[in-house]
Amino acid sequence: MNHLRRAFLTKAGAVGSLAVFASLLKPATVLAAAWNSLAFSAKEPAEAINSAGYGGASESKEIEIKAPDIAENGAVVPITATSNIPGTTSMAIFVEKNPAPLIADFEFSNGAEAYISTRVKMAKTSVVRVSVKAGGKTYTNSREVKVTIGGCGG
Amino acid sequence: MAEAMKMRAKMEGDAADVKVLIQHPMDTGLMKDKKTDKIIPAFFINQVAATLNGKTVLEAQWGVGIATNPFIGFRVKGAKPGDKVAVNAVDNQGNKYSGEVVVA
Repeated sequence: MNHLRRAFLTKAGAVGSLAVFASLLKPATVLAAAWNSLAFSAKEPAEAINSAGYGGASESKEIEIKAPDIAENGAVVPITATSNIPGTTSMAIFVEKNPAPLIADFEFSNGAEAYISTRVKMAKTSVVRVSVKAGGKTYTNSREVKVTIGGCGG
Repeated sequence: MAEAMKMRAKMEGDAADVKVLIQHPMDTGLMKDKKTDKIIPAFFINQVAATLNGKTVLEAQWGVGIATNPFIGFRVKGAKPGDKVAVNAVDNQGNKYSGEVVVA
């Protein structure tokens, strides 16, 4: 499988970056059936948010986002998010100006707190959005992070 | 490839604070190799799951926007010192990564 894919990718590499990106997302779904390729390949924030199931969210200050106001290096931007909304079952992080705005989607169970700390890539200054699902509803909060050196290069 | 993952878990109040660091390039598929001018194919961890004493506590799907050598921190309420936290991850080429740590 890996063999065939590698040969395929070598050929696809000649076509261009967008073609490679799109072609890669398909084999990934074969390897990991549950991976939401539709949401992760979305290029527009609204499309990514809707495909990930976080559409129609109400703004909520109960979602706390810790991030630097200015990130000198967009390749590594620390983000910590906490949801104080009771019954929060999942949380997604979006960087709206990235080529692929959906960064990650987390599901909590069996005592895991609605808290995630991670490091993301930011192509440029952007709104960082954290959306959650709680009690069958969606909530969202966001803040801007200024980036002096972009992290997605190219 | 257990050595690719470093983990720490310690009690903070009534919850275990877990920190996980995985060695992985997390290539986006959008960057060119500066020497060859060829696109570096996307190569990234796309699924991560964590368990406490074998029970799933966290399931994550990642895209290419997680930074190189991914870090993730999470908290599990009701954990006790001596409990086992395990993390399993897989990338878009099917490589598997796993780690285990005892809550301190």
